Amino acid sequence: MNSQNKARLPEITQHYKPPFNLRRFIRTNSAQLGILGVFVTLWIIFIVSAPKTFLAPHIYSAFMASTPFFAIMAIPLTIVVIAKEIDLSFPSIMAMGMVSFNYTYGATTFIHNTTIQVFLAIVAALVTGAIIGWLNGFIIVKFGIPSLVVTIGTQFLWSGADLVLTQGANFSLEYIKQTFFYNLFVGTIGPYFPMQMFWLIVVTILGWILLNRHRFGAHVYLIGDNINSAELMGINTGRVRIQAFMLVGVVSAFAGILASFYVAYFWPNVGGGYLLQTLASVFLGGTSVFGGTGTILGTFLGAFIIGAIEAATVAVGLTGFWTNFIYGLIIVLSVIMHTYLRKRGE
Amino acid sequence: MEEYRLELKHVSKSFGEVQALENINFHLGQNEVVGLLGDNGAGKSTLIKIITGYHQPTSGEIYFNGKKVDHLTVPKARELGLETVYQERALAELQTLWRNIFLGRELTTWMGFLDIQRMRDETYRLMTESMGFTSRAVNPDSLVGKYSGGEKQGVAIVRALFFNADIVVLDEPTMGLSLKESAKLISFVNGIKQAGKSAIFIDHNILHVYNVADRVVVIDRGRVAGEFQTKNIGLNELMDKMVRVAETGRLS
Ligand SMILES: Nc1ncnc2c1ncn2[C@@H]1O[C@H](COP(=O)(O)OP(=O)(O)OP(=O)(O)O)[C@@H](O)[C@H]1O
Ligand SMILES: [Mg+2]
Repeated sequence: MNSQNKARLPEITQHYKPPFNLRRFIRTNSAQLGILGVFVTLWIIFIVSAPKTFLAPHIYSAFMASTPFFAIMAIPLTIVVIAKEIDLSFPSIMAMGMVSFNYTYGATTFIHNTTIQVFLAIVAALVTGAIIGWLNGFIIVKFGIPSLVVTIGTQFLWSGADLVLTQGANFSLEYIKQTFFYNLFVGTIGPYFPMQMFWLIVVTILGWILLNRHRFGAHVYLIGDNINSAELMGINTGRVRIQAFMLVGVVSAFAGILASFYVAYFWPNVGGGYLLQTLASVFLGGTSVFGGTGTILGTFLGAFIIGAIEAATVAVGLTGFWTNFIYGLIIVLSVIMHTYLRKRGE
Repeated sequence: MEEYRLELKHVSKSFGEVQALENINFHLGQNEVVGLLGDNGAGKSTLIKIITGYHQPTSGEIYFNGKKVDHLTVPKARELGLETVYQERALAELQTLWRNIFLGRELTTWMGFLDIQRMRDETYRLMTESMGFTSRAVNPDSLVGKYSGGEKQGVAIVRALFFNADIVVLDEPTMGLSLKESAKLISFVNGIKQAGKSAIFIDHNILHVYNVADRVVVIDRGRVAGEFQTKNIGLNELMDKMVRVAETGRLS
């Protein structure tokens, strides 16, 4: 159909290349510049108040080791939120992926090859994530139930299923260290660069391409902006939204693998504690709950602000009791900033 | 006999309790402009949304060039050569002009990757050649939500005309347009006719309908109340008829 459209068009003789205009650049990228400003400001505050900690590479290595576990899920979650939906079930998907992982590993012992077993277990975990994501999307689209309601339900459902299936057991995954997957997923490049950071960067780039350079992303923005217009113009809004939920599913299962591999241990509540941090990354990054606007880069920066605050609070000399207070302060102030920037941009 | 470009047979549509259309028989000839007239809530928009594939009829059949089409969808109707200016305009206001122009049929290179430069170029050309936008605020990268009402409408209209459809459906395209812009639109529709294409034109301004339509179909409370050729009737007579329809539900 596209080639047909093109064939009917006359040749382009004149390219549209507007001259670079700083004010326009600032206006169109205000959300990303805003969060970048917050990021840099906080960073300077940290360096000034705790120069010993923040001028040494060690702390950055620590951030890059711990932040990706939730940041990686914030990327597809951004896509879902831009489509004016929400997913609160990803912590349980992290766990269910690992449940599949364990079952598959256990059921394939006859292969007598740990690497192949782990490989199959990884595939099973990712497929499980995709299926649960599909189910979320399917229920939301088919029955027209708000995603907030559906995914609160499925979060309980799958975290319950997780406990029933594992009987709450937790155990070591020491065997993964015999396979190259361990180093591939959670090893380090050189002394300081954790592999989970590498995977976060990969997912971020893929998410950015999908959202900004692919028809899928164009449709995500349009659906979040005005779903009625999207439908009148022939976009399959149901399919696109289901695909977005599947992305969250797959990446959450992958995050479950990363988090479990990192400690080489299986906890049934591996996803616990990530819910609010992940959501906060998305909103801190300037993605609007009202749909239609948001950026991957904003989320990426948002996640590292979230990821740095806890360590920074302590390094700066405050007690750990301050952490949540400072989280809250930064989130509330940033969201106010984003709302203000959006109003001005309109 | 020549096939109709488009035909509806015994089409009904209900939304739950509301029977919006009842046993509609309607056709659009080759190279014909049909005007739809009718009161608010008569069912005109519902009728055209069935033609564009947005609504599925509760019962009845749809034919394009004499061929029956089952399960018509918006992309399918578009492939069959139909483009639409919806009454609600169907724009995405937080998005740029170029994204709105190509809403739902983005130009792609391979595997669904967007050909953004091409879409911006095309949008720029349309702006300068077809839309005649004079405001500096209007460019391919500006957000449509900031445009004036008439400019937004211009986007919806140009978008439908740009893809060179064989059948153009216009649902109240002159609503909110200035006199000058309305006149331009009317000459556009006449241009569609001259180019050998067909159009369905809905407007509450009888004068507009009278000026562009070959034939007028009057819809009343979900039924076809009657139809006539504009060349057989004077404007005054048409106005009298419309008053009579409003009072009695029948054309004659
Ligand atoms: N999606 C819908 N759900 C329920 N009822 C609808 C829907 N769309 C239209 N209707 C009803 O169907 C009837 C016909 O509506 P329609 O929009 O086709 O009228 P219209 O002739 O276009 O009117 P107007 O001139 O005001 O645009 C109205 O009673 C309307 O309330
Ligand atoms: Mg209408």
